[in-house]
Amino acid sequence: MNEDSIAKNSIDLAAARAKLAGAGAPRLWQSLEELSGTKEFVEFRDHEFPPSAGKGNDDINRRDVLKLMAASAAMAGLSACTKLPTEKIVPYVRPPEEILPGRPLFYATSLFQAGVATGVLVESHTGRPTKIEGNPEHPGSLGSSDIFSQASILNFYDPDRSQSVVFDGRVSTWSDFAAEMGNARTRLAPAKGAGMRVLTKTITSPTLGAQIKSLLGQFPEAKWHQYEVCGGDSVREGARLAFGRPVNTVYHLDQADVIVSLDADFLSCGAGHVRYAREFGSRRDLSAGPASKLNRLYVAESMPTSTGAVSDHRLPVRSADIDDLARQLAAAAGVAVPPSANASAKIPAAWVGAVGRDLAAHRGSSLVIAGEHQPPFVHALAHAMNAALGNVGKTVVYTESIEANPVNQLESLRELVNDLNAGQVDFLVILGANPVYDAPADFNFATALQNAKVRVHSGLYNDETAERCHWHAPAAHSLESWSDGRAYDGTAGIVQPLIAPLYDGHSAHEIIALFTGDAAKSGHDLVRGYWQSQRPEKDKAFEALWETSLHDGLIAGTALPAISVAPHADFVALGHTQAVGSDTSPLEVVFRPDPSIGDGEFSNNSWLQELPKPITRLTWDNAAMISPGTAQQLGLTTGDYVTLSLAPAGRNINGGIYIVPGHADNSVTLHLGFGRSRGGSVGTGPGFNSYLLRASSAPWIARGVQIAKTGKKYEFATTQAQYNIDLNGHPVEEESSAAVGQGGEHGRDLVRIATMEEFRKDPSFAKNPEDEKTKDLTIYPGYKYEGYAWGMSIDLNRCVGCNACVIACQSENNIAVVGKDQVARGRAMHWIRIDTYFRGNLDNPEMYYEPLPCMQCENAPCEYVCPVGATTHNAEGLNDMTYNRCVGTRYCSNNCPYKVRRFNFYLYSDYKTPSLYGMRNPNVTVRSRGVMEKCTYCVQRINAAKIRSEEENRLIRDGEIITACQSACPSEAIVFGNINDPNSKVAKLKAQTRDYGLLEDLNTRPRTTYLARVRNPNPEIRD
Amino acid sequence: MAQIFHRSTNFISRLSIYGAVVIIGALGYALYAIAMSPWYTDQNVKRQQPVPFSHRHHAGELGIDCRYCHTSVEKSSFAGVPPTQTCMTCHSQIWTNASMLEPVRASYRDDKSIEWIRVNALPDFVYFDHSIHVAKGVGCTTCHGQIAEMPLTERAGTLYMSWCLECHRQPEKYVRPKSEVFNPYYEPPSAGEQLKMGKKLVAEYNIKSLQTCSTCHR
Repeated sequence: MNEDSIAKNSIDLAAARAKLAGAGAPRLWQSLEELSGTKEFVEFRDHEFPPSAGKGNDDINRRDVLKLMAASAAMAGLSACTKLPTEKIVPYVRPPEEILPGRPLFYATSLFQAGVATGVLVESHTGRPTKIEGNPEHPGSLGSSDIFSQASILNFYDPDRSQSVVFDGRVSTWSDFAAEMGNARTRLAPAKGAGMRVLTKTITSPTLGAQIKSLLGQFPEAKWHQYEVCGGDSVREGARLAFGRPVNTVYHLDQADVIVSLDADFLSCGAGHVRYAREFGSRRDLSAGPASKLNRLYVAESMPTSTGAVSDHRLPVRSADIDDLARQLAAAAGVAVPPSANASAKIPAAWVGAVGRDLAAHRGSSLVIAGEHQPPFVHALAHAMNAALGNVGKTVVYTESIEANPVNQLESLRELVNDLNAGQVDFLVILGANPVYDAPADFNFATALQNAKVRVHSGLYNDETAERCHWHAPAAHSLESWSDGRAYDGTAGIVQPLIAPLYDGHSAHEIIALFTGDAAKSGHDLVRGYWQSQRPEKDKAFEALWETSLHDGLIAGTALPAISVAPHADFVALGHTQAVGSDTSPLEVVFRPDPSIGDGEFSNNSWLQELPKPITRLTWDNAAMISPGTAQQLGLTTGDYVTLSLAPAGRNINGGIYIVPGHADNSVTLHLGFGRSRGGSVGTGPGFNSYLLRASSAPWIARGVQIAKTGKKYEFATTQAQYNIDLNGHPVEEESSAAVGQGGEHGRDLVRIATMEEFRKDPSFAKNPEDEKTKDLTIYPGYKYEGYAWGMSIDLNRCVGCNACVIACQSENNIAVVGKDQVARGRAMHWIRIDTYFRGNLDNPEMYYEPLPCMQCENAPCEYVCPVGATTHNAEGLNDMTYNRCVGTRYCSNNCPYKVRRFNFYLYSDYKTPSLYGMRNPNVTVRSRGVMEKCTYCVQRINAAKIRSEEENRLIRDGEIITACQSACPSEAIVFGNINDPNSKVAKLKAQTRDYGLLEDLNTRPRTTYLARVRNPNPEIRD
Repeated sequence: MAQIFHRSTNFISRLSIYGAVVIIGALGYALYAIAMSPWYTDQNVKRQQPVPFSHRHHAGELGIDCRYCHTSVEKSSFAGVPPTQTCMTCHSQIWTNASMLEPVRASYRDDKSIEWIRVNALPDFVYFDHSIHVAKGVGCTTCHGQIAEMPLTERAGTLYMSWCLECHRQPEKYVRPKSEVFNPYYEPPSAGEQLKMGKKLVAEYNIKSLQTCSTCHR
């Protein structure tokens, strides 16, 4: 942490406001730095790699430079004089069936997030899993994936994973562990398991659920506790309040014309979010032109999320005021509910009125979604609204819970802590959970834990909890073990291993089996045995079912049937009292799982740590995020290092302030998952631990937080002010464009936006005649692309900014991680970035995402400046990058107007860690120091498809090549294909009137083009 | 005033000028010669293998098809080096006691792979695919040389990029009928005939002269 370092520039909010107020029409802007015109911003705009970024650490003087220059000149020639090392070929002794060296195999399995399983296909090269894709057969994936499943491959190969059984701090063995657990079983048996406790995270695995129930059957005095930070307590309790029992809610977003989100980020987290993004995207489709029917999304939230950014109307309100908003909306929808005790003047009546009318006008095709972190009463109100609006059975469906045992997890953990403190726990088994780190601070779990006589922990990491346990056994990763789990709709997916456990890990199934007398059974036998006992099919029929299920990754027909439930008449009376207490302090603090690393489960994952978070583009850190208004009121600015304290316990933490445009006033958002003390070599260090402030009485929204300046500064690494494309163009161009009558502020429309109304009036609003003019400015006839011509179309109307493409690209193309310091210098290596633009005022701006891979320009400015021909054009229009020719002049990146080229300033790729060798895509070069790189349109996939088609004597079919970003994209915003084929999907998209290219006035002729964004605002609301 | 330099200096200065040219030229030639020498390219260098496997015996004298052992050559980028099991299909029956074959039997017995020394190795930034070359009528011996004459396998070409491009620029000079791809004794017709046949085959097999960087580098 750079607590003492001094920030280079500061943001001037007053100046930013003045600038925005001065402009006539609302203008696009990217960051507060830009609006304040800070030195840092200007440098990043004018140079791709600013000369002074992060200057100060490079202790180098003129003499050293001369010495190095002389030495490099002398050595330069010698570097070519290496002989290739002698390699060995090590064939199999007995070849396994199906494996063909050089050709990957794909296996269907499932990965878990907060207990919910999502189907994936895992690419395997001669037994090494290398890449994760979505499973098209699985309802929770439909072929797409998200950042967590993509990045799981790095977790799997993580060298910091726990590698051996530990007893009392010393290395032990699995057989000793198993023997000891066997002894414990014998010891616990006479008292029927009294004093035994099992703590797990959320469990949807039918097999594991049955195993634990069998354990409790054998030991009736034992207790099973569950705790998961994002375990959805409010969701469960909300359903219990409304319906009397915890049911599972499944949304059908494709059926909804009007969606209201009450602080719900349903497009990027929570059960089923990948599926929901697909359904949402399908309703943002404009392929029918002005006749298309878009849905309309209203979002009320405090911290801007991806869901808020793609909404048509976003209302920044404090999370605590959502309760009030929900009551007002419910009243409008016809649910009798008394007004909130904390009625807030901040909620504009006109907004609520308009939304209420819109909902009422769409009975049966509207949907109200409550946020996972809102109190149960808000959830109950959402259920009641959906019922009152006739949406149940149409846009929302209820099923039985997908969990093996749905309990209030916070209360479950509280009970365990009480038992621990009362000395009633003799034998505690913790499976996968890390409560020492993530339990509410008032539980003092670390202290309570010491009261258990024998403590056993199993997890992927030897973490904070493992350290305080007698026994620790490494858990097996989902990619190396057998299991099963239910998806958001209850579909049971099978988890099958891709490889034998790397570090002798064992699954929870195998550990529970030690206590149930099934120690001899393998994970495979347990899972298969469970399903054999459950299914009507026997013998051969079951064998066939099992084979099919393994192939598909799921057991067909296991989705839970819809049930009919109606909200209790008296839930309002029941839940009304549960509402949060009176509002004494205006400042609230909101705890959220980090959008990149979650609740801390992924804190040792460097891909996710370095992933710019939605909206803030912050990397490697969490922050105390506040609105510009609150910042001005409290006299704070980005980078101020402050102390946050929360009465009454007197708990406090230190962290940096980060101003987020569009954040609700009087609210501080803290992301969880950082500040680990034992999180591995990557996870230990970054950020601060927000859990220290989080109490069980107010786990998500707490009031009365105090902020005190420490006088120190904290430096963040954010990419938001980097890779800027100057919206006004070069000063000279500005003059000339003004001469031809183009607007000054709108000199370059990088994101082209219209409302549905404007789109209907002018379907070609995205076309700019200036773009076409340059096309004739050539004396040479253009190159004729015969055969394939690759191109890409990115639909800004579908993109939900979830970042899945960024991580998918990183995984597919062996992209290195550079670290916080290098990110701050503008050296992050991502080949595709998601630019975020704002339009309008600081307090509630519209937000726009623009994913930016290499444009693969037909007239590529990078190509003609390369002195060594390392970047050249190929016959299919790809802008090739040949690493082995590159000498690192960086002329190409200087000349790239889109700033998409990335340079290896240091040896960023990890050549030293053996476990990471297995993870790499064998079809992509691992780049070394001094080499430029950039998006290739996944040329390895193009070549593979070309070879296959040539061998089969046919042309490549449309959709046969799917780039990594396209494959991951849950909302189908990215489409790749042959633009020479007028029937291809990409050619049809490019023929839409919304199609436009970036900076086409430069005559670069980009192959990647965009479909302009069309908002669908409610004409009644002017915000 | 006497001359400062003796007359012989003229000769020395001429010598050094011409000498420099010659020396630089010689140095250049020497570097080129080294780069093309078998020492550097490993061309025609026989490698000692854990088992002295003879392609001359197996592919030549016995006439075993290439694909009996290199099973994935038509399906994958990698031609495939046979697993021990493939050796044992015959050698569990014949030469069962030959001491030369002890490493093969040991491998099968101990379930431990034989570690062969790689003969044809490309740098890691080059991606070559066997299956497409075979499918387009490039014979094994075009790149691997007279394999049926090699008692110990050696590299037949330099494997330099210029060597690859020779064929990529003019595939008609090297292509052969698909039926002859796996024939180790295939004799190309005379240069003129080859060109005539090659042009026909290039059209028939739809062979493209791929020379863009990303064909092999990515």
